[in-house]
Amino acid sequence: FMEQDYEGMATEVSSYSNEAELELGLGLSIGGGGGGLLKAKGSPWGEYGKIMTAKDFPSGFCGTKRAADYGGDGPPDVGYSASPGVSQVVGWPPLRTYRMNSLANQAKVLNDEEEKRVGGNDECNGALKENMDNESNKNDTIKDNGQLGFVKVNIDGMPIGRKVDLNAHACYETLARTLEEMFCRPSTTINSNRSGGQEKGKATQTSKLLDGSSEFVLTYEDREGDWMLVGDVPWGMFLSTVRRLRIMKTSEANGLAPSFRERNDRHKSKPI
Amino acid sequence: MSKSFPEEVLEHVFSFITSDSDRNAVSLVCKSWYEIERWCRKRVFVGNCYAVSPRILTRRFPEVRSVEIKGKPHFADFNLVPEGWGGCVYPWISAMAGAYPWLEEIRLKRMVVSDEALELISTSFCNFKVFVLSSCEGFSTDGLASIAANCRKLRELDLRESEVDDLSGHWLSHFPDTWTSLVSLNIACLGSEVSFSALERLVARSPNLRTLRLNRAVSLEKLHNLLCRAPQLVEFGTGAYSSELRPDVFSNLAGGFSGCKQLKGLSGFWDVVPAYLPAIYLTCSGLTSLNLSYATIQSPDLVKLVSQCRNLQRLWVLDYIEDFGLDALAASCKDLQELRVFPSDPYVVDPNVSLTERGLVAVSEGCPKLQSVLYFCRQMSNAALVAIARNRPNLVCFRLCIIEPRAPDYLTLEPLDAGFGAIVEHCKELRRLSLSGLLTDRVFEYIGTRGRKLEMLSIAFAGDSDLGLHHVLSGCESLRKLEIRDCPFGDKALLANAAKLETMRSLWMSSCSVSFGACKLLGQKLPRLNVEVIDERGSPDSRPESCPVEKLYIYRTVAGPRVDMPPFVWTIDEDAALRTLLSLRKIEVSLDIHERM
Repeated sequence: FMEQDYEGMATEVSSYSNEAELELGLGLSIGGGGGGLLKAKGSPWGEYGKIMTAKDFPSGFCGTKRAADYGGDGPPDVGYSASPGVSQVVGWPPLRTYRMNSLANQAKVLNDEEEKRVGGNDECNGALKENMDNESNKNDTIKDNGQLGFVKVNIDGMPIGRKVDLNAHACYETLARTLEEMFCRPSTTINSNRSGGQEKGKATQTSKLLDGSSEFVLTYEDREGDWMLVGDVPWGMFLSTVRRLRIMKTSEANGLAPSFRERNDRHKSKPI
Repeated sequence: MSKSFPEEVLEHVFSFITSDSDRNAVSLVCKSWYEIERWCRKRVFVGNCYAVSPRILTRRFPEVRSVEIKGKPHFADFNLVPEGWGGCVYPWISAMAGAYPWLEEIRLKRMVVSDEALELISTSFCNFKVFVLSSCEGFSTDGLASIAANCRKLRELDLRESEVDDLSGHWLSHFPDTWTSLVSLNIACLGSEVSFSALERLVARSPNLRTLRLNRAVSLEKLHNLLCRAPQLVEFGTGAYSSELRPDVFSNLAGGFSGCKQLKGLSGFWDVVPAYLPAIYLTCSGLTSLNLSYATIQSPDLVKLVSQCRNLQRLWVLDYIEDFGLDALAASCKDLQELRVFPSDPYVVDPNVSLTERGLVAVSEGCPKLQSVLYFCRQMSNAALVAIARNRPNLVCFRLCIIEPRAPDYLTLEPLDAGFGAIVEHCKELRRLSLSGLLTDRVFEYIGTRGRKLEMLSIAFAGDSDLGLHHVLSGCESLRKLEIRDCPFGDKALLANAAKLETMRSLWMSSCSVSFGACKLLGQKLPRLNVEVIDERGSPDSRPESCPVEKLYIYRTVAGPRVDMPPFVWTIDEDAALRTLLSLRKIEVSLDIHERM
């Protein structure tokens, strides 16, 4: 069956032109139906035979989200600054964990003027300065734990964890959004309100993981082994104390430090 | 005819044949050669731990002394393989503990090594000499302590970039005082501090010590203590290269380095304080290998250093070197063979340093022996790639990473097809290629037809359609490893070239468009392949068959399907594939009927 396929493919390949979309027969001539099975458009076979590409799926469906995000209809505009940024693509640029941690920790110490940071939208700038101030703290931490940048993240209900690079973030918002993307699937209820990638890039929207409105909360284990709610302490302090993260079911998170939202609510109701 | 030489003579002849591929060829000549060869094979390389089983290995080769095994696919380095995927070494150690009591060398790459495995190694092989753990994980310093305590004949312990659960530095003190055979020690990946006095004593009693790579925690002021005790060092890796500026520290350090007259390689250099760099100037003219890839120093300091290393063959450096520094490199280091330039700030879109394609072009012009390149940059042009290709047809490994995915030629805004095409056309010995930037299916046509010696190809965010993948799979005669991420490649090319997969070690595809149905077909059609679907969304059966799988790892094997698959890895079982086959055949039949009507 494979030799027949190849012949069929070869003739079509030779007539390939740049403009025409190549209609390769799937050629599943199983059991030797001579010459391969050619697709006829509009036939019932056509339905089954269509090869789905990332473009067929609205972003957010079936996990080929990353490819869909980047379109693929042509070259991106040069200087396309609204792109999600390199940091949000898993495993890109292709650098080993150890190297990324090592670089990130050193580069910040030496480049005092370097204010640019990943995910540096306005909401992060306050945290940014704090981040720089806490450099010396962090360097001490590095000596104890050379792998600071990447920490493990687990979510209740999934046995397999992931890793996230804390150094690629300058504030809780971007971290939480990255985690939502990492663990969010249409079938889970974390982002049941989300539809087709609309929320991507919206800097003003508070992550559901942080504001307490989702059924999950983001927690972390600190150096003393205690589990705390993420968002309670300044970002820099968080970085110097976090060991690993856990996305916990809200129902199980009772008894942890007061939530972000509760504090905000308290602020709001404060009389002028 | 085969009986005209006694076995002993053949065995003696075979002992001169050391390369694995030659040995494999010898074993295929005839049955008696197969038998003789298998009894005298001392060294085995297992490129994929799931391609063969420990039992098959130990049964065929009873007298092995040295084993090298690789586990996870390469993209595991970039967090694309979920934790718990596999690659555990324990079953191998367990089998070899029984079969190879005289085993001397174990080299592992990307494998999961538990403390139990380490302990078993330390107690099973009385002649154990060489232990290399490259990008491994799963063990702690407790496991290292067992190795240290029990392996009396250990010569080499190399933890290259492994991820170690670093409980304390105390393990080093477990090496007995009577142990003096150390030749090579690499602990650069460890975070915690080892006892310096234990280290000092160890170095002092190891007259054969050639390679010593320290970890970051070893302070600069103490380096001279070690260097003075090991003037025979050939390779040395510093710890953190920073300290307050003190003349006594400097002169001690410089003295220590200048005493090492055989020094050929330097590495380490975390947290560099530039004022201390001159301490190594006297060693520069002898250096052939310099790893400054953690040294966050600026171009002028790098240039001062590098331009004194006239005999340099290998340089790893950060992009702080900039185009200017690479010009200097090209002018000074005419023996350069390998260059790796890493990004200092990979996550920002805009460049933070002035490193562009020009630096690489300069090196390709100035360094006639350049054969291996790994280069991270933010802009590239077809013109530059063509120039590089024409300058350096002797390139063997070319890995270019333009940081922004799908970045076009920055001058013409065209895809970089022509540039990479020139690379494969001119560099006829090219064995390894990594692509980046904006690329259409055409680049794969060039690669397929001209990449005749290409063994490993890495593709990301490239191509337009299945035709791209088809070009690669139907060409590239020497292809062994293909790894692809985020490309619009789907079922057609894979199914049409399924037989090719049996000629390769492995294929990785993630975030592409390969359907589960196609995976099932492949698995059913090609029983000598393991077709593994990695999907963290739950069973692929719970979704339509046309839905693309998240990740796909296909590799040839004689060991059958894995028995240690985690819950997120699905292999294609024969029954499921057969059902797919039958349902497709029903559609065929109904289509025939429809057309006739």
